[in-house]
Amino acid sequence: MASSSKKTNSVGRRGFLRGAAAGAAALAAKPPEAANAQPPQQNVIANATATTPTQAALNVDVGNGRPIPGINGIALSPGSDYMVDVLKQFDFEYVVANPGTSFAGLHESLINYNNNTNPEFLTACHEESAVSMAHGYAKIEGKPMLVLLHADVGIQHASMAIFNAYADRVPIYMIAGNWGHAVQAHNAQDMALMIRDMIKWDDEPRSLAGFADAAQKAYTIAMMPPMGPTLLVVDEDLQEMTNKEVNLRVPKFKPIQPPSGDLGSVREAAKLLVNAENPVIITGRSARTANGMTLLVELAELLQAPVSGGDRMNFPLTHPLSGLGIPGAQADVTLALEVNNAPLSRNGGRTINISSTILSVKNNYQDVGDRYAAADIDMAADAEATLPALIEECRKLVTSDRKRAFEERGKKLAEAHRQAKLKDIELAAIGWDASPVSLNRLYGELWPFIKNEDWSMVSWDGFMGGWPRRLWACDKHYHYIGAQGAGGMGYGAGAAVGAALANKKHGRISINVQTDGDLNYAPAVLWTAAHHKAPLLTIMHNNRAYHQEVMRLQRQATSMNRGADRIHIGTKLWNPEIDYASIAKGYGMYAEGPISDPKDLAAAYKRGIERVKNGEPALIDVVTQPR
Amino acid sequence: MNMPRISHFAVALILGAVIARAQTPAGEASRGKDLYDKKYLCSACHGFSGQNGVGARLVPMKLTQAGFMAYVRHPHDTPTGMPPYTAKVMPDQELADIYAYIKSLPDSVKKAKDIPVLNDILNNQK
Ligand SMILES: Cc1ncc(C[n+]2csc(CCOP(=O)(O)OP(=O)(O)O)c2C)c(N)n1
Repeated sequence: MASSSKKTNSVGRRGFLRGAAAGAAALAAKPPEAANAQPPQQNVIANATATTPTQAALNVDVGNGRPIPGINGIALSPGSDYMVDVLKQFDFEYVVANPGTSFAGLHESLINYNNNTNPEFLTACHEESAVSMAHGYAKIEGKPMLVLLHADVGIQHASMAIFNAYADRVPIYMIAGNWGHAVQAHNAQDMALMIRDMIKWDDEPRSLAGFADAAQKAYTIAMMPPMGPTLLVVDEDLQEMTNKEVNLRVPKFKPIQPPSGDLGSVREAAKLLVNAENPVIITGRSARTANGMTLLVELAELLQAPVSGGDRMNFPLTHPLSGLGIPGAQADVTLALEVNNAPLSRNGGRTINISSTILSVKNNYQDVGDRYAAADIDMAADAEATLPALIEECRKLVTSDRKRAFEERGKKLAEAHRQAKLKDIELAAIGWDASPVSLNRLYGELWPFIKNEDWSMVSWDGFMGGWPRRLWACDKHYHYIGAQGAGGMGYGAGAAVGAALANKKHGRISINVQTDGDLNYAPAVLWTAAHHKAPLLTIMHNNRAYHQEVMRLQRQATSMNRGADRIHIGTKLWNPEIDYASIAKGYGMYAEGPISDPKDLAAAYKRGIERVKNGEPALIDVVTQPR
Repeated sequence: MNMPRISHFAVALILGAVIARAQTPAGEASRGKDLYDKKYLCSACHGFSGQNGVGARLVPMKLTQAGFMAYVRHPHDTPTGMPPYTAKVMPDQELADIYAYIKSLPDSVKKAKDIPVLNDILNNQK
């Protein structure tokens, strides 16, 4: 046990169970029907008075018909307290769950024994929301939330979100209960089986000592690039029964550093890069942490090479080296950093690939694993961990001649970057006055309200012309967190709430531009945002459709020469139109809308931002152009 | 084969001239709006005001009605991604109505410098 004082406390605080057990005993003393009579519950305190109900109701009251563990129904130092001691080492800020008996032991230990602090309990209304929240949170904080799942049913609800996180290389730390006494169908011989393809590792420890070991492994594996979800399956009894294991300690946790590329390859890569005439850097998920961005800036500036790619922030988009490079120039050396499918060189250029994806590959989901394209130099390593050595080796090779050439290149790149930005801003003027509201205006109008704040864009801009990244000054790792990972819709709303809760302690305001289709998978996460006071401004991109599928079906119907007049069937969210402001208000959140006239945006944004700055969520429903 | 590259506008103009002789019914913008917005969901790719979306900008509409109709019937050879609409699935009269509607849409485009919010962003680039 970690500390004897906790042991004492745990007994003390479990005193509240006595009352419940006493009531249960009284009920057990008077079974309603003789035919259904069952022996009184064991291990309960006698001599209490009450009347009543059915055996079934009684069973639920005392813990689903199982004997209360421990002496007189009171577990002394339950296993779940020890589990919490072990979990404490991972410094979880939040635990998120939809409640379930299979982890009631852990749930109770977290809120009472651990006093509901670090981690603080977040109530999710759907397991998909729980895991999506953890997904968004990790993309801001670079570390996982703890997620508790109720046995096989909780895992099944969570599975879509788990798959997104797996494909997005995001660490999620999950614990599911098993072998509960409530509903037999919730137990499974192999609980992790149904998601094993989309998690990095799972285990079902048989003892508390085994739990400590597995818990550390689960954390280490989740955080080791390529990061991903891990699952521990924990027996309900192991959580709830008195811990009788002798010599149980909480083993010390020491994080393992991600692997850096081998020095030989790093030196070869440096030689190619320094001698290249037109090197380009392409990023995928290279910045695991804020430092990953800083390092990449250092390398790009040293080489005066353009940086592009990556759906989250790997490089400041305001930087003169951000962009595709000098128009018309062919890359002679391409450096790919954590790009899933590293680009094969075109026109005889050389490629350097630094990627951890090869270190953990599953062979079912095709677009997730590394579709391996051999590069001239290939490092099975973490890009962020490799950058310091690569910068160092490049620096050694830069002569004054090369430096002059780099400076010349840098000027051209800066001009190309500037021209691309100017073009984007000019394009943003198109349809500025359109009603319903154009997406360029939706984002453009918001900028004055956030530019002097510490802000974080916590939604994907893929169905919205990429406008925030084109118009706003994105230069911090939390300025944009990217897409779902596996393209599974329903991620957006949950990820935004999780990211906003991560941003909260930093005093940041979070912006979620929310597509309507995505919200409707699990909208009750809005209540979670209200309940936990997430400082999150949600602006609906309400195009009243699953619009991506409208366009897809339109193409299908016309290519069949059958016309487009029925494609609204199954794709449009109209008749009746959904009132998102009412939904949000119903979940306890400040809300306005629908707004179709762009002239009304600024005033509504102002009111919404005020709410968020006061530490609460707000939603503004904006009726938009389809794309 | 060394075929000269012809722009889709040129194709549309040539086809338009051929079709023009056969049929160019007069369109009516009020009917066209419903067809554009709802029935055929042209708005899906071109936006409700013909300016925003993944499709081409439709305003100001530079094609003649005949050229427009020819293009909608035969967009294949162009790289725009526009699917074809034959007369079977979109009668000439309806296509003419849609054309009339597009022609009726406001076609002025502001400059970024004339929009204070964008002008501010613009100034930060300089
Ligand atoms: C779980 C899941 N179900 C269905 C889809 C297919 N799908 C792809 S895009 C899309 C439309 C989503 O609608 P919305 O979020 O409103 O975005 P819009 O396309 O309207 O901009 C759907 C249903 C998916 N990708 N994931």
